[in-house]
Amino acid sequence: MSGARQVDVLRLGLGALFIIAFAITALVVMPYATLKDVPPPSGLKAYTEQQLRGRQIYIANGCIYCHSQQPRDPSIAPDQARGWGRPSVPADYVIDKPHLLGTMRTGPDLFNIAVRQPSEAWHLGHLYQPRAYLEGSIMPAYPFLFEERTGPAQPGETVVSLPPAYAKPGVRIVPTPEAIDLVAYLLALDRSYPVLPAEARR
Amino acid sequence: MSYAAGLLLATFLLSFAGLLLFLWSMSRGFFGSSEAAGRVIFEAKEIGLVEDPAAPDVRNTGEFQAVMNRTGSTGEFSLLSPEEAERRLELDESSRLPVLLCIASAAIWLVIASVFGLVASIKLHVPDWLVSEAWLTFGRIRPAHLNAVGYGWCSFAGLGVCLWLLPRLLRTPLEGARTAAVGAVLWFVGVTGGVGAILTGHSAGLEWLEFPWQFDVPLFLGGTLMGVSLLRTLAKRQVDHLYVSVWYIAAGLVWLPILLVVANIPGLHFGVQQAAMNWWYGHNVLGLWFTPLGLAAIYYFIPKTLGKPIHSYNLSLIGFWTLAFFYSQVGGHHLIGGPVPGWLITLSIVQSVMMIIPVVAVGINQHRTAWGHLGALRYSPTLRFVVLGGMMYTLASVQGSLESLRSVNTVTHFTHFTVAHAHLGLYGFFSMVMFGAIYFVLPRVLNWEWPYARLIRWHFWLVIGGFTVYFIGLSIGGWLQGLAMLDANRPFMDSVNITKPYLLVRSFGGAAMTLGHLVFAVHVAMMLLRRGREREGAALLRRPTPTPRGATAVAGARA
Ligand code: HEC
Ligand code: HEM
Ligand code: HEM
Repeated sequence: MSGARQVDVLRLGLGALFIIAFAITALVVMPYATLKDVPPPSGLKAYTEQQLRGRQIYIANGCIYCHSQQPRDPSIAPDQARGWGRPSVPADYVIDKPHLLGTMRTGPDLFNIAVRQPSEAWHLGHLYQPRAYLEGSIMPAYPFLFEERTGPAQPGETVVSLPPAYAKPGVRIVPTPEAIDLVAYLLALDRSYPVLPAEARR
Repeated sequence: MSYAAGLLLATFLLSFAGLLLFLWSMSRGFFGSSEAAGRVIFEAKEIGLVEDPAAPDVRNTGEFQAVMNRTGSTGEFSLLSPEEAERRLELDESSRLPVLLCIASAAIWLVIASVFGLVASIKLHVPDWLVSEAWLTFGRIRPAHLNAVGYGWCSFAGLGVCLWLLPRLLRTPLEGARTAAVGAVLWFVGVTGGVGAILTGHSAGLEWLEFPWQFDVPLFLGGTLMGVSLLRTLAKRQVDHLYVSVWYIAAGLVWLPILLVVANIPGLHFGVQQAAMNWWYGHNVLGLWFTPLGLAAIYYFIPKTLGKPIHSYNLSLIGFWTLAFFYSQVGGHHLIGGPVPGWLITLSIVQSVMMIIPVVAVGINQHRTAWGHLGALRYSPTLRFVVLGGMMYTLASVQGSLESLRSVNTVTHFTHFTVAHAHLGLYGFFSMVMFGAIYFVLPRVLNWEWPYARLIRWHFWLVIGGFTVYFIGLSIGGWLQGLAMLDANRPFMDSVNITKPYLLVRSFGGAAMTLGHLVFAVHVAMMLLRRGREREGAALLRRPTPTPRGATAVAGARA
């Protein structure tokens, strides 16, 4: 009896381990092996310190839960026609740690946002109050990334220029360093450099 | 590409070879007599005797038994002797401490998580609500909801129920109950720290892996301690056959720590490879952790409440192995259309479709067992939740297999349709099963009955009604959103505007669910405080004042 009992447990343990090992090989190790030597495209610039800080702000405030960073192939979806950029390839992401591909498009794809919206002022205003720029937007406002200031202007301060309907008289909206870093990151999201078809096929 | 095709072919052949080998070994009886294994959860003459400690009173239990006598007569004795009842109570009490810790924690996290979910939901149609504090922003509340729900409510409920099941399944008092209790406390620390980290802006940034690794360590240790308790009990077991639930529970407890370790290796993962790893983890935590725990509970509670062995024990084992094999490789279906190697996606789609095998196996088994006795749902709260949960498992999985086909996924991938599916799985299936299981377990653990049967009914109708509204509304909204997004002639904002009414509907459904959860949590709290009057001749196995023949043959004798 005890022999048969051991077999049961052994089968269970070994079976479970084999299966998970197989899955790790297929879904973790194999991608690692195929992707680890992908060279960064010559047009891809490493993030600066400031952009990396901004990337952390992007992560901390969960922009990923509404914005993907993976334009699709025209054969699947009209992303390119919307101005979201050419289909992305693995090489575009080699400097991304952690990856921010995303799984929701409650808002538009942002992988090439810097190309279609290069204005720092626009981004700052949009973050402060999205509805000032796009009526009906459901993107949250981020007032906690800004300060309201009154009184005399201080030297070197950036002031957000809001559309008149949203500006409060006598109050200046000044971005915090976090907001400035975040926008610096958004303005680095430009993968419009060309990639070889071979890279695209990997 | 030929290399990719080769890999695919190899996986395919291997899958089939494994399946054939398995079928062959089963036909040779290598797994022992299935008939006997299916009866492990009953005492010698118990088949035919219903058991639901959540039934409101003796009269109700009598009616429940009468239904089963009419519809499911097996011609067996339907008796539990006082000694057997006594022995079972000892088993039930052996796991008391960790089980109570887990279930109480589960109820706490359920309420917290539902409030997070509701706040996130409202924010999606009232985007200027609660925006002045960073911790309340959508992008923090939403992952807090997911993690509180997944690692708080679902994991604690699953662990509590399964720790309670083990002694019954193995007929051995739980070994190392204290160790398991320490494990539960560590788990609580991990979840609290992790959710706190997300709210304060320290998320690690990967979906399902938002906890910084520092808080995955207590989860890992906690899970391992509970696993140790399981292994020690397994070593001392007094049954010859491992009931199918044990397979699921044991495998789940082996897999979870491995998942956590691989996902958290620091500095290793990057870019697209990390995305592949992310969803390998993401779907495995669903398929190799929640799903096995949920199925283990279904496989126990449906037969046990009905007093009728599972339809086919062999089928349940096919279900187990095919689930493990296919489910572990489906992660790529979260990245369809993305910049990921093509073979990986194809592999995952193939295995997603292959999932139909275990799903059908589980489905046939559950539904053949419960079918014909649906009248019993009226009398047994446990059965009501568990059978419904089982049906939603089948639905969620069939939906999932379809959703992984490229043609469907192209529409649904980035939309709220996925969110609706996620709730059908983790809520409709898993959470419902856990509600039913907890209604069964707590009276046995506390030796006390649910104070107000009415609250159980309120809970049931609130969550079923709320969830139906939630699911249908969001599925329609998500589908329309996807179609709008694919149409190059419509501006992106169309896809936003078209979903708004459905997001509002979701908030109403979600509010009803949240209310239901409050009712449930209050009832659990009353139970822990032993509120309510002590009832005459109730549905418990043993009463303080013994009745002739031992309280339990009761139901059978009366029928
Ligand atoms: C609740 C979902 C949601 C969250 C969270 C969210 N957004 Fe948005 N975002 C949207 C929607 C919807 C739009 C489209 C309407 C608009 O432009 O406001 C949008 C638009 C944008 C745009 C303009 C895109 C374009 O094509 O013009 C940028 C840039 C942007 N978001 C950045 C961010 C950043 C940075 C964060 C995190 C701090 C963030 N979003 C968080 C929903 C969201
Ligand atoms: C045969 C079984 C199943 C298959 C093939 C399947 C398939 C899928 C697919 C294709 C997605 C969408 C991925 C995307 O487009 O982003 C998905 C998401 C999801 N599924 Fe399933 N599913 C199955 C069963 C289940 C079950 C039983 C559960 C619950 C335990 C579940 C929970 C989820 C969750 C939570 C998500 C959302 C993940 C996220 O984006 O965070 N699924 N599933
Ligand atoms: C307690 C049971 C619940 C479980 C197990 C659960 C599970 C989940 C899961 C797995 C996700 C991730 C979906 C994805 O990534 O695709 C999610 C997201 C979400 N859930 Fe829940 N949930 C529960 C209850 C609720 C309730 C009561 C509400 C209230 C309305 C709610 C609202 C939400 C919202 C708003 C999201 C975010 C969707 C988005 O990102 O757009 N959930 N939930």
